[in-house]
Amino acid sequence: MQFSFHDSAINASSTSDLIPALRVKDLAFYYGSQKAIESVSMDIYQGQVTAIIGPSGCGKSTFLKALNRISELEGVVRVEGQVEFFGQDIYSRQVNLNRLRRQIGMVFQKPNPFPSSIYDNVAYGVRVFSRPNRVSLDETVESALRSAALWNEVKDNLSKSALGLSGGQQQRLCIARALAVKPKILLMDEPCSALDPIATMKIEELIDSLRHELTIAIVTHNMQQASRVSQYTAFFSTDESRIGQLVEFGATTQIFMAASQSRTRDYVQGRFG
Amino acid sequence: MKQTSITPELCRPLSPARTVFNYGMTTIAFLLSGLALLPLLAILLEILRQGVPGLKWEVLTNLPAPVGMEGVPNGFANAIVGTLIMVGIASLISIPVGILTAIYLAEFSQGKAIAQLIRFVVTVLSGVPSIVVGVFAYAVVVLTVKGFSALAGGFALSIIMLPIVILATEEALKLVPTSLRLASSALGASRFQTVFRVTIATALPGITTGVLLAVARASGETAPLLFTALFSQNWFEGLTSPTASLSVMIYNYASSAYAEQNKLAWSASVILVGIVLFVNIASRIVTSNRFKNR
Amino acid sequence: MTASPEPAKKSISRDMLQGVNLTGQEGNHSLVDQGFTWLVQGVSVSVVVILGWMSWVIFGQARPAIEQFGLGFLWTQNWDVNELVFGALPYIYGTLVSSAIALFIALPIGLAVAIVTSESFLPPWLRSPIAFIVELIAAIPSVIVGLWGIFVLIPFLQPIQQWLFQHFSWIPIFNSEPAGPSMLIAGIILAIMILPTIAAISRDVLIAIPKELRSASASLGATPWETTFRVLLPSAISGILGAAMLGLGRALGETMAVTMVIGNSDQISLSLLDPGNTIPALLANQFAEASDGLHIGALMYLALILFALTLIVNMIAIVMVKFLSANGQS
Repeated sequence: MQFSFHDSAINASSTSDLIPALRVKDLAFYYGSQKAIESVSMDIYQGQVTAIIGPSGCGKSTFLKALNRISELEGVVRVEGQVEFFGQDIYSRQVNLNRLRRQIGMVFQKPNPFPSSIYDNVAYGVRVFSRPNRVSLDETVESALRSAALWNEVKDNLSKSALGLSGGQQQRLCIARALAVKPKILLMDEPCSALDPIATMKIEELIDSLRHELTIAIVTHNMQQASRVSQYTAFFSTDESRIGQLVEFGATTQIFMAASQSRTRDYVQGRFG
Repeated sequence: MKQTSITPELCRPLSPARTVFNYGMTTIAFLLSGLALLPLLAILLEILRQGVPGLKWEVLTNLPAPVGMEGVPNGFANAIVGTLIMVGIASLISIPVGILTAIYLAEFSQGKAIAQLIRFVVTVLSGVPSIVVGVFAYAVVVLTVKGFSALAGGFALSIIMLPIVILATEEALKLVPTSLRLASSALGASRFQTVFRVTIATALPGITTGVLLAVARASGETAPLLFTALFSQNWFEGLTSPTASLSVMIYNYASSAYAEQNKLAWSASVILVGIVLFVNIASRIVTSNRFKNR
Repeated sequence: MTASPEPAKKSISRDMLQGVNLTGQEGNHSLVDQGFTWLVQGVSVSVVVILGWMSWVIFGQARPAIEQFGLGFLWTQNWDVNELVFGALPYIYGTLVSSAIALFIALPIGLAVAIVTSESFLPPWLRSPIAFIVELIAAIPSVIVGLWGIFVLIPFLQPIQQWLFQHFSWIPIFNSEPAGPSMLIAGIILAIMILPTIAAISRDVLIAIPKELRSASASLGATPWETTFRVLLPSAISGILGAAMLGLGRALGETMAVTMVIGNSDQISLSLLDPGNTIPALLANQFAEASDGLHIGALMYLALILFALTLIVNMIAIVMVKFLSANGQS
């Protein structure tokens, strides 16, 4: 299988220069009493795109949702180990969930705009936290839509329903909505799985341009995508226990070209999964 | 030390306004929900308290005694018989008609506009006030045969039951997987055979539940009987005579000045509420089991 | 591309086709099928006919009164069985006011129940039972709710009515000495009876909202209540209004419980502590004894008004609830 790599991935900086935005230490995660992932330790570096790949059911999505504690919406969860956001344990009792999620934004598998106007979608997160004046809100909305490369397509239709946009536009709107609250990290859970190739390409270009503003972690089942957009890659897998584990983490070029684990090599070369 | 220096932002509580809003709404919502649970509990408690002590065998087997007479056996057996007969008549009309209509809607209509219309009319019919159904039965039966009768009461109840039977049966039929129908057709069964041997047979628990819910509803209906079946102090005298029913008896005795009649009303309530609760809870269990197995 | 067409063709030999008659009518299959199809169609159409028949019959019976009193029936307020003069205003007024009180009370409570039992404020195993218990009120026969109203609710609320009168009699709606049965109590008992409708349908509508919208809102830092007010309720608004309309339809036509607690007074009074009357209550009280043609006609006229009113309200409600369920998919 052939991979094309992002320029910056080929000469990925040595990890010692990088600041971990998120540092995961020996994380185990339970839905109810069901263990979903175990012993995951890795860093998500600031200003880099980290791809999380692996066969379906390997817990990559669960892992992502544990990073902003959005999984707690889906039921009772339990966590062992630590996730540190710039040194602060996000599972600490003092952490305010709403402020945490504002710092660590998320884009979901299926585009999920609110059934309201394009403008209101982007302004939503800002309005929840403050009562901005119209001028500054307009600026925030515009800059978020520009960052999401959507501004030129929608600038004349801001008051139209977001549900009228195409799938790819909706997904970029969701990205703009997440960017509007200026998160430090953006988590993306298979953001292109519901999109056609052209829309996918636009999102990939967008991810690359966003890397300079914030840190991105992206779950994808598409290995070409991982190689194209990311500088670092984590490979998750599972065995008969059906508990997801981190098999290998490293620079994307290394994972795809010279993985140290045979399971990683088998997977990226398409021999299983 | 790291914790405090780098991201104290994460630990800052929400603004006072948001905090108050969240806790306030939670409190209000739970208080109102608690309030919503009160009436049912209060009604059930009162029925148990007032009705059960008077619920003796003699009450179920005797006619109402003339008021003010001591030592005469007092009961509402005629009302039980009357309710059974009228709900029976209503079932005889509404169950076949209802099931056939549901079969048409679920199996034959295939999205035709007429099916949409029928479904809409049935839903509207289920919202027609029961007193209006009584007025209709009065005009059609009572005015025609010039007298109050069990027949008129049964006719009115059948119209109450009809939409319930149709909607519940259609729901049950729609839950039958299409693959079963295809399998039956692929084996050469006719449409008629497929419907009765496969679809209805599979959906039978759901249909039964719907029919029982309709029967329970009809047993408690009062408004359609007030001026169709009227009431009677005597045993059932035939389909064309005024006939007693539990519900009308409760109405008549509720506002009575005689305490023993009030007591009979409460005892009759135990029977009606017992039937209604039993059927509703049982159907709930049946349906939730079905969902679990899917 | 595994099997070539050749052997397949070969395998269907002439022998095998013998005795197979694809066009024949084996037994009475198609005849029975045809008859059965006609039967279910006929029966279904007859169900539609019932509604038309109902309107026609009630209209026909009401005609003498319609011809006699015309539309003035709607806004005159004399109901004299001996003089055969009939005006419907007190009953129309009572029906509308008692239903409005019911909606005013039941809508916030029903919404609270719907939110508490659809969102994640409670563990899932607790949500459905609460919703079920609330829905169970709808199963209790109306006459039994009325019985409870007479013996429990009126005595319980009478001191509260007294208190309202003593402290707020300067407000017109509390400006009369309460005697027990009243418009207010009728409204409260109606609220109890329409609560399950509003709660159940609003709950269904809220549950039908994709959960992705909830995650999206939470991932932007909104609390569950902010999500409820900013995303869920706006998305569900047409379904919730539909639920309220269905509740209203039920309240307008509800008969027994109201008849038993409203006091059956033909006077229109602004005070909610005064007794009143509604169309269904009047029908329940007078139909059995009505003998004069014009009296029956006037009652039929009232029934026709009620029928038309509930029909309109219910149709709007059904369209609103359906409209949302078609819309909520996106």
